[in-house]
Amino acid sequence: MDILPILATFRRHRITALLIVLEIALTCAIVCNAVFLISQRVHRVDMPSGVAEHELVQVQVVDIGDRPDAKARGEEDLAALRAIPGVKSVARINQLPFTDSSWNNNIFLSATQKQPTLDATLYFGINVLQTLGTRLTEGRDFNPDEYAEYRDVLRDPKLTPPVVIITRALAQKLWPGESALGQTIYFDPQTPMQVIGVVADLIRPSLSGGDDAAQWTTVVPLRFSGGGSYALRTDPGQRQRVIKAAVTALKALDPKRIIRQQRTLDDARAEFFQADRAMAGMLLGVILAVLLVTGLGIVGLASFWVAQRRRTIGIRRALGATRGDILRYFQTENFLIVTFGILLGMVLAYGLSLWLMAHYEMPRLPVAYLPIGAIVLWLIGQAAVLGPAMRAAAVPPVVATRSV
Amino acid sequence: MFAYYIDLAVRSLKRNKALTALMVLAIALGIGASMTTLTVLHALSGDPLPGRSGQLYYPQIDPRDMNGYQPGGEPPGQVSWIDGANLLRAKRARRQALMTGGQVPVQPTQANLDPFYVDARYTTADFFPMFDTPFEYGRAWTAAEDEATARVAVISSSLNAKLFGGKNSIGKTLRADDVDLRIIGVLGDWRPNPHFYDLYLGQYGENEDVFVPLSTSQDLKYAHSGSVDCWSSGGQENMKTAPCTWLQLWVQLDTPAEFESYQSFLIHYSQEQKGLGRFQRPPNVRLRDVMQWLDYSHVVPADVRLQTWLALGFLMVCLVNTVGLMLAKFLRRSGEISVRRALGAARRAVFEQLLVEAGIVGLAGGIGGLLLAQVGLWLVRQQPADYAKLAHLDPMMLGVTFVLAIGASLLAGLLPAWRACRIAPALQLKAN
Repeated sequence: MDILPILATFRRHRITALLIVLEIALTCAIVCNAVFLISQRVHRVDMPSGVAEHELVQVQVVDIGDRPDAKARGEEDLAALRAIPGVKSVARINQLPFTDSSWNNNIFLSATQKQPTLDATLYFGINVLQTLGTRLTEGRDFNPDEYAEYRDVLRDPKLTPPVVIITRALAQKLWPGESALGQTIYFDPQTPMQVIGVVADLIRPSLSGGDDAAQWTTVVPLRFSGGGSYALRTDPGQRQRVIKAAVTALKALDPKRIIRQQRTLDDARAEFFQADRAMAGMLLGVILAVLLVTGLGIVGLASFWVAQRRRTIGIRRALGATRGDILRYFQTENFLIVTFGILLGMVLAYGLSLWLMAHYEMPRLPVAYLPIGAIVLWLIGQAAVLGPAMRAAAVPPVVATRSV
Repeated sequence: MFAYYIDLAVRSLKRNKALTALMVLAIALGIGASMTTLTVLHALSGDPLPGRSGQLYYPQIDPRDMNGYQPGGEPPGQVSWIDGANLLRAKRARRQALMTGGQVPVQPTQANLDPFYVDARYTTADFFPMFDTPFEYGRAWTAAEDEATARVAVISSSLNAKLFGGKNSIGKTLRADDVDLRIIGVLGDWRPNPHFYDLYLGQYGENEDVFVPLSTSQDLKYAHSGSVDCWSSGGQENMKTAPCTWLQLWVQLDTPAEFESYQSFLIHYSQEQKGLGRFQRPPNVRLRDVMQWLDYSHVVPADVRLQTWLALGFLMVCLVNTVGLMLAKFLRRSGEISVRRALGAARRAVFEQLLVEAGIVGLAGGIGGLLLAQVGLWLVRQQPADYAKLAHLDPMMLGVTFVLAIGASLLAGLLPAWRACRIAPALQLKAN
């Protein structure tokens, strides 16, 4: 292909050619990073929770006024909820995934350590793992005699049960490469807790501590009455019916109480990650808009060039160039310009990624995203130039003999 | 002459409708996206109490033990009950209020309304005059009522509308968590955004419906909500003695001298507490005003800032695109420009004429951008984010839109106009 004559014409349209190159470079930088951002968000939305999401519903009920009989009422509630047909398991748990507010504790690895190693979230209640459907990968669940009363522990931290179950991610963070079973952690120096079990995943209810800490979770054998939420496990198809039945049963026990929350865990997840989905949608919108503008810009400039070169095209045709030659000339020209733009764009994309890393705690743009931007832009460029190039190819040779 | 240029520009733009439409579309898209995100950013980084925020300060002290101590670290973002009460009682500022958030169940007397939960603020008397809250009916409670743990409440106008149909409800009873409170005040429309005085409970669009004296709320064991940060393993059952920070203290300091003296008072207080053995760390105090506190707390979501940068990047692509198209358009008229130049038009006149044309494209793009920004803001308002409802275009941002659009397209027109008026008329005419 005759690249040299094309390069020679660039010299005559230096500014215009440079402008397109710049536009394509900026587009390439934005598209590469935006696609990467979208993939991050999409990945985040699918973060594993470690619980049987499709089978769980949450019902949160709050009593009005001071309730000295909270414990007995809690037992009544649980009995009523268990009696609902289709309910496989019920637990009152201090917190549930995707609620955006979490109980956290500092974790120390020795009684004399001054700085906490990290902070992890804390799940407690009776039957937590069984109801949530969280899978133990090592060790065992709590025995019934290991449970302590939360209220007692608040008054005297020494009564904290000496056993704890943690997630695999937390185990690997605390003791890389070692087995966590039998290791000791401390919430405070006086109360060593031995790891007796490890679960695969159990997500933190709030991710405000960063996504890296999303699986830093502990489960402790504490009972409590008043507060928390009821988690009910059932078949996916029964969830709506179970929610209604649970609310009716709880209201029947005391019509004055307030139902604060009633939803499936699927809905809770959808709501929890709504901002990420909105951001991904916005990024997609920007990608489409920037490609549209760039594509239309190429159409506009290519049309201008074709109109400007009608005479030259006519002369070339008169001298024996075929329509295909003219078509390919404009296509090659566009390919060259877009390629220059992409080369510059990759540098810009990398720079933009460095800036995002510095300001928004983003990971580095993987190299694999650069070819995506390149291919998209080549395609857009070729699609945009096709119309003007066909018009150029249609210029009859007779134009050469006419003056303008 | 200007009118003539406009006439010329309109004729020229009409001659090539597709190219003109492309330029206007590019500017409109870029401006629309930028204005949408800038408006959201502007709404979110606004001053919640214009005119007063410079005199309101948020004292921070460090009561923690030596565990996790790092020199130069930040003190906690809230205060403990003991310190809050001490600083409140010291009355070293012009006004001071101690507060925390909560939720209380409201039991309407009407049979057709089920009990429901509302957000509540437990605070002290100075809260209302210090934050200059408007009152629709009644008044705030007094320091004496704080002292007496009076069973009184101030409610929002929206709760008043819900419970009492918006009528004057002063003296009526609000039943909250099985206790009767006497309504003594109804607030007017007061929704400071961001929710600066307690950022731990959502940052935008979170406004309380019930205000109760802090002492009363503790007496009645009303439920607390918000951040609780504890440091040592002492008993945490009684929040009045627990080693935990969970309250916010705000003070009003009108002059720099008052600021200085309050700051040294905080240092002095920390030293005194350390002497008593309550504090262990060296004095570490902060005294930020409202805007400094919002800035320090990174109250504007990172996503919103990222979106703004993204939109500005997009605007840049649109501008480069417009420069290219305008260059094409102006150079295409080389012949016409040469004739005008040969007939005696000064280079400057041609330049001005071409810039007028660029400005008209900018104006049209600005109008298009404004429409797109309205659509964009409508989309933002459909989002579930707590700030979504604040996304409205105000007159200032409307002005910014047009300045940005016309400024951007004039900028985009500079290079093409300069290139076009440098054409040598003789050469161009000869070639034709």
